[in-house]
Amino acid sequence: MSALVATETADLEAPPRRRGFPGVALIRSTHGLQRAMLLSGLVVIVLFVVVAVFAPLIAPYGFNADRANGVIFGTQQPPSAAHWFGTTVGGQDVLSRVIFGARTALTVIVLAVAISLTVGAPLGVISGYVGGKVDRVLVLVTDALYAFPSLLLAIVVSIMITGGRSTPVGGIIAAALSITVVFVPQYFRVVRNQTVSVKHEPFVDAARITGAKPGRIMFRHVLPNVSQTIPVLATLNASEAILTLAGLGFLGFGIEPSAAAEWGYDLNKALSDATNGIWWTGVYPGLAIVVVVAGVTLVGESLNDILNPMLRTRGAGTTTADEQEIVLATEADATTGDHVADRAGLTDDTPTSDQEDGR
Amino acid sequence: MNVKILPRSPLVRYLLVRLALIVPTVWILVSVVFFFMRVIGDPITASQGGRLSAAQLAARRAAAGFDRPILQQYGEYLGGLLHGDFGTALTDHRKISEVLITNGAATLELTFWALIVAFVVGIPLGRLAARYRDKLPDVTIRTFAVLVYAAPVFFVGLLLKLLFSATLNWLPASGRASANVEIALNNVNPKTNVMIIDAILYGDPGYILDVLRHAILPALALGLLTAGVFIRLIRINLLETMRTDYVTAARARGVPERLVVRKHAFRNALVPVVTVMGMQIAIMLGGAILTETTFEWQGLGYVLSHYLLARDFVAVQGIVTAIAVVVAVSSFLIDVINALVDPRVRY
Repeated sequence: MSALVATETADLEAPPRRRGFPGVALIRSTHGLQRAMLLSGLVVIVLFVVVAVFAPLIAPYGFNADRANGVIFGTQQPPSAAHWFGTTVGGQDVLSRVIFGARTALTVIVLAVAISLTVGAPLGVISGYVGGKVDRVLVLVTDALYAFPSLLLAIVVSIMITGGRSTPVGGIIAAALSITVVFVPQYFRVVRNQTVSVKHEPFVDAARITGAKPGRIMFRHVLPNVSQTIPVLATLNASEAILTLAGLGFLGFGIEPSAAAEWGYDLNKALSDATNGIWWTGVYPGLAIVVVVAGVTLVGESLNDILNPMLRTRGAGTTTADEQEIVLATEADATTGDHVADRAGLTDDTPTSDQEDGR
Repeated sequence: MNVKILPRSPLVRYLLVRLALIVPTVWILVSVVFFFMRVIGDPITASQGGRLSAAQLAARRAAAGFDRPILQQYGEYLGGLLHGDFGTALTDHRKISEVLITNGAATLELTFWALIVAFVVGIPLGRLAARYRDKLPDVTIRTFAVLVYAAPVFFVGLLLKLLFSATLNWLPASGRASANVEIALNNVNPKTNVMIIDAILYGDPGYILDVLRHAILPALALGLLTAGVFIRLIRINLLETMRTDYVTAARARGVPERLVVRKHAFRNALVPVVTVMGMQIAIMLGGAILTETTFEWQGLGYVLSHYLLARDFVAVQGIVTAIAVVVAVSSFLIDVINALVDPRVRY
């Protein structure tokens, strides 16, 4: 690790390259423990995505199969050579269900985060930029939704969409939409508050003076300048999405078990097994949730730490005394703070679109 | 300037505005749930759907008044709410106000135990992590906090059940009390529905122990989730407070590091925890639904999920309204505390 830190320090002194792969720059701006957290989180995410995408190739059986080649698996069989993770109360292979569960989770996360972004962010910009009554009503509604227990909201929306009857594809979309309702207020709040704070910046006034229409100002000038916090929020939301999906499944409001393998549903079925000492039906899907959520959370938290200078532990190998660290941290805020963020392509005050428009 | 002339006025004005905001917040949630629930069907169709003909279904729905204009139903419902009338559940004919009192007490009890777990586990660990920043205790505790956050309540509950009730046979796997205890406690007068208080009123130490034993696993499952939040919060706040000038001043005077943390930094680091406590109540109520289902704890979340499956919208609306009121009022109370503690909040 110390070798890594040394090369890193040398690298920092080199003139910053303007173009580069943003992810790499981000990893390079980390040190020690933070880098370990970020990297282990990234490894988990990569594994998760690979498993999800190649589920049919990796899984030994289908997620809903209770027999292979005419041989019935048997219910609640303990782990064996044929079934590494044992079989469920319904006689399916636990390993296969866990693997296919990754696919379901990934689909729902991507859909949920994408939909909430496309709804929440524009709404936030409009609300913040237009202001007045529209703004007040939207803020009141989203605040009310935000304050409410999110799982409950997701359940109500889930029932509303599916009407209790879900189709394979519809079930996944319904689950994603239910989670979306929880997330939209979050994106709305973040983007709206940022919009309010930048809307009187000179670059917005300049755009207005040149005769740009409100729509163009909002989406070409304001939106790119208020979206820096979104990657962090999206990452943290992804882990929340998995938990909400599992919660929905656990309570019986999620995806139909025959339509897709879902970890939360399997955990619900495993509950009575646990009372009888059958551990393998619940422990594996549960661990899958924990590992993926922990991985995504680690990445999200690291991003947050890196991009939020207030919490950053800066300087080469600053794992010594607290006092020294604090001094370094404050210095780093003043000097290298913007520099690092700039390299990551995430600086707060670069009106990028504005420069483009000026040409 | 204003503050000097009328010292209390801004605070009072701020609090009044906050208090007034509770009404639209609750109203929005009630309305959202009312219309959502009407869209998804009704309990008669949900329970009799396949069995009765379309005409019979329509007759039953008309008898129950579900076919009237939705705005009329909405107006009647809001009117009832203003008089404190939550209606009667359509499926099991329990009065919703009675459901709120009995099952609400169970949820309150669970939340109370869980909060104790969260405080006892979260605060000391958060403090320890900040004190030994980036050293082994910090890394261990932070990993623990991430894992606790990443593990769904029902998975933690399942693991606890596997370990403490199925394998070790130390603690009961579900319910709020053993069957005989529950029956005996039904006759306590006055009955509070909070099991532990009922047991104390009953006066049998064996019963008190039984109730406590049933509470341990659910409280741990729900409490650890919140403990993870507390750990992170205390750690961050303590670290930020440790950077402030007055802490440096204390160090410069030669105050031992241990005392700097305990006497100077820690108390101030606790202030933001109060704010998050408010948000935590909503999260805990959500977690309570899952915990109650895991441990068959007959609280609001447990009955709510049953009513939801039966599409009993009167019951669902009533419970959701109650939850909305609790969330709104507690977030108001948190704001009051914050405004009293931190003068910068008042505007």
